[in-house]
Formats: sequence, C-alpha cells, structure tokens
Amino acid sequence: MNVNPTRMMLTQLKRRLATATRGHKLLKDKRDELMKNFLELARENGRLRKEVEGELGAVYANFSVAAAIISNEAMEEALMIPKQGVELQVSRRNIMSVDVPEFSFKTKAENPADIFPYGFARTSGELDNAIVALSDLFPKLLELAAKEKQVQLLAAELEKTRRRVNALEYVMIPRLQVTIRYITMKLDENERGSQTRLMKVKDMMLAESIAEKRAKDEAAMKEAAGQA
Amino acid sequence: MYKTGIIGDRESVVGFRAVGIDAIPARTGEEAAKAVRYMAESGYGIIYITEELAAEIEEEIDRYKDEMLPAVIALPGRKGPTGDGMRNVSKAVERAVGADILFGGGK
Repeated sequence: MNVNPTRMMLTQLKRRLATATRGHKLLKDKRDELMKNFLELARENGRLRKEVEGELGAVYANFSVAAAIISNEAMEEALMIPKQGVELQVSRRNIMSVDVPEFSFKTKAENPADIFPYGFARTSGELDNAIVALSDLFPKLLELAAKEKQVQLLAAELEKTRRRVNALEYVMIPRLQVTIRYITMKLDENERGSQTRLMKVKDMMLAESIAEKRAKDEAAMKEAAGQA
Repeated sequence: MYKTGIIGDRESVVGFRAVGIDAIPARTGEEAAKAVRYMAESGYGIIYITEELAAEIEEEIDRYKDEMLPAVIALPGRKGPTGDGMRNVSKAVERAVGADILFGGGK
C-alpha cells in the first residue's frame, strides 16, 4: 500500500487490521454455517429430484397411453377448462441472512375426487389415472421447486461469502500487515537517524567548547608568563 | 397469491392443466423465453419448464436465478430426463463449494 509512514497512519492501519481480522473471523463462521445448511439442502434436493423424475416418468407414461386410446381432439377438449385450481402461497424463511421462499398451496376443489374437468363418457380410465397420479405428485413438485430455489440462493450467497473470506485472508490482511511493518521500520529508522544526529551535534558542540576552553587557558597562561 | 405455470411441448404439458398448473405450450426456445418472461411478470411463483427448452434459454433462466421469485425449475419432458435438471443441482454445488463434492461431477 502506498501510504505516508507517519504515526497517525500507523494507528489508523492497526485499527483497520483489527477490524479486518474480526470481519474475517465472522465471515468464516458464516461461511461454515452456510456450507453446513447448503450441503444438507443440496443433498435433499438431489434426492427429491430423482424421485420426482421417476414419478413424472410414470405420469407421462399414463398420459401417453391415454393419448393413444382417445383422439387428440377429445384429449384437448377434455383438458381445456381446468376444474382444479391451485393457489400458491409463498412465505419467506431466513437461512443465515438469505431470504428463501417456501411454498404452500390451497386447491380450489374441496373433494379430491372432483378434479376431473371432463365427463367420463368419452374419455378413458388411463387419463383419470394420469391425472390422479399427477395430482398426487403435486406437493412433491412444490417441494422440489422450493428446495431447488433455496439451493440456488444459498449457492449465490455462499459464493459471495467465500470470495470475501478469501479476499480478506489472502489480500487485505497480509497487505495491511506488510504496510504496518513497513511503517514501524521506517519510524524506527527515523528514530535512529535523529538519535545519531543528536549525538553528532553534541560531539561537535563539545569539541567546540573544549577548543574554546583550551584557547582561554592558553591565553591565561601566556598572560601569567608575561607578568612573571 | 401466486400462480404456478409450466412451459414445454404441448404433449408434455397439457396434462398439467388438469391439476391447476397453467400450461403454456412452446415449441422453440424463443417461444419459451417469451413465455418465461410473461409468467415472471404476471405473478407466477413457480415456473416449471421442460429440460429440453430450459437448455435452449439458459440465459433467460439465469436472470431469475438470484431472485427470490419466481423459481424457474427444469423438469424432465415427456421423453424422459436429459440429466440437465440434475446437472443444475450439481452446478449449484460447484458454485458454492468450488467443486462438486456431492454428485460426482454432474451424473
């Protein structure tokens, strides 16, 4: 760092170093805690995703069978106007100062058997199965969405925190330490410099006064010899 | 109160209407991007999108990645998982930790 090596700067830098060290410690704690939460969530996220992917495959298979049995138009028509509605509620949760969403839902149809938006006369049973399976899967889909979002948000925060910790640890703190050492040494050097200068001046003054004294003595001696 | 939506090819998403998820069929990445934007602006909390389309409009999806809402979530389409969804999770781990230590490199 490019600073003037003064005592004021030194105290200022020392204070900054103390703050940086403290911040580093706090951020490191935050990082560790975030990491703990994150890994747990990510693991769960992976597990949930695997489950959903498997079950969704079954749902698609059901739909495919239904589509094969009834005509495309009939299928479209059957599903055109949904009877079931879902209201999504979002609440916030705070994980280590990161706001993450949590989802809950309310379905409009009160009776779970009353979700089919079509008459049973012209559609096949496979379609019913597919819809029931999908509707059973729905809570899991929501959970997956929440978990995945939480994982993404935590990942972003964790990345930021990790960067900060590293910046403090490997850049800020060493740089401050080096500068503080530089200033201390410079100040010590100045001290020594002025010390020797003072000693030198004192020597010169002494030599001068000794010479003066000698001259005076000699003059006195000469005077005394003249009188005698 | 938020809504839930899904974007994907018609055959994949049509069934979701029955359970109360709004479905917008899209064939190309462009249509999907438009649909995502529309849904993000009109009060959707969760937007599901098929992995095939999600892979095409990664940039559009990344815009919502660091926002709390909406959650844009890739789901496998009718043709089965492409592995992109799982890769997203391991990518998040990679972003956070610096290396994927949970899922063994996007398997």
